[in-house]
Amino acid sequence: MIGLILLVKRELGLALRGGTDAVMAVVFFVLAAVLFPFGVGADPAMLPRIGGGIIWVVALLAAMLSLERMFSSDHEDGSLDLLYLSPVGLGTLALAKALAHWLTTGVLLLIAAPILALLYNLPASAFGALIVSMLLGTPILSLVGGIGAALTLGARRGGVLLALLILPLYIPVLIFGAGAIDGAVAGRPIGPQLMVLSGFLLAALALAPWATAAALRQAIE
Amino acid sequence: MQGLITHKLSCIRGERAVFTGLDLEIKPGRALLLSGANGSGKSSLMRVLAGLLPSAAGHIEWEGADINADPDAHRARVAYIGHADPLKPAMTATENLRFWAQLYGLDPAIEPALYQFSIEHLADVPARYFSAGQKRRLNLARLAAGQNSTAGPALWLLDEPATGLDPGAVSMLANTILAHLSNDGIAIISTHGGRLDELIADRADHFTLQTSGSGVAG
Repeated sequence: MIGLILLVKRELGLALRGGTDAVMAVVFFVLAAVLFPFGVGADPAMLPRIGGGIIWVVALLAAMLSLERMFSSDHEDGSLDLLYLSPVGLGTLALAKALAHWLTTGVLLLIAAPILALLYNLPASAFGALIVSMLLGTPILSLVGGIGAALTLGARRGGVLLALLILPLYIPVLIFGAGAIDGAVAGRPIGPQLMVLSGFLLAALALAPWATAAALRQAIE
Repeated sequence: MQGLITHKLSCIRGERAVFTGLDLEIKPGRALLLSGANGSGKSSLMRVLAGLLPSAAGHIEWEGADINADPDAHRARVAYIGHADPLKPAMTATENLRFWAQLYGLDPAIEPALYQFSIEHLADVPARYFSAGQKRRLNLARLAAGQNSTAGPALWLLDEPATGLDPGAVSMLANTILAHLSNDGIAIISTHGGRLDELIADRADHFTLQTSGSGVAG
């Protein structure tokens, strides 16, 4: 537990000092979402219908931007060897990295999402669904993304490979996340979608660090 | 007092045998200077001994017990210095060193370790402004931080530790290693010869890895 806190603090410290990465992700999120109405037309009746889906698709892509760097700098400078040799263990490292990724990316997306919802003319009744679905869904993106980041360590063109590996795994989150917002816009109950998302989050929390640790072990060899 | 023993240790990398049937024995308080041509497997041996790489055959014993019986205990006794310096450019010398000390449960008062390698004046300087030799000194200061703690690592695996060091820093490293050996520690040091070998010669054995795989003790 002390190790987890120590690792998260280190990641956050590095992100605050070094990184425009986290800011880039949220800027990309807003910019890409703003582009859609220029392409499909700014019909105030249509925008709420596509808004939820677009916000979620763009959130998936934005979360992926900073994934590639999750383990690569530690792999290059030999830190990963020392992290493996430390008493903390790779499972805790994987959890800490995902948590730090969520805090520097997912939380910022969560803060920016209501602004996009305004741009897409989403009804006030859908804001709750947007926030709760993003709150449940974005940690899954970080946890599952960690597996891809660890698997593509040391690979050439790792970024493209990462997208190919991870985007299919993000589809369930997209379906239920966007489904919850659509349901709220149409006035249907959204409990089932949010419960499924909660289930995904619990499964990812239990399984993703373990899978990431196994992939990191391979990268160290 | 059995120290570290390897029995018929083999390592295979990419379907090529790096070394096979390697028998080594290092007693507490002794250092092993490992030499050999490029590609003879010095770094692979270091990584196998650290538990970073699995061995293809054979086994490693510490104090008479196979290290695979308790990998966590083995990791806790290893201090590993690799080719790269695991430092974050954005963090200061103190922050870098303190992070590793805390993660390994060592004494978080790391100033003496900085003094030991004469980099105390760089304590608050981000590592990105360090020269290669200064980075190496900061990396080596991890050894001193372990030494100053009550339950520091007993097995030091140093892969060409003197790379980029000036003669003064080599002396500091030699003194640190000698102090470790005086505490019945073990150090395995890969080397291409040089001042470090001479400074610790009294307490060191030599072993040469042959490119074909086996080795020659000397």
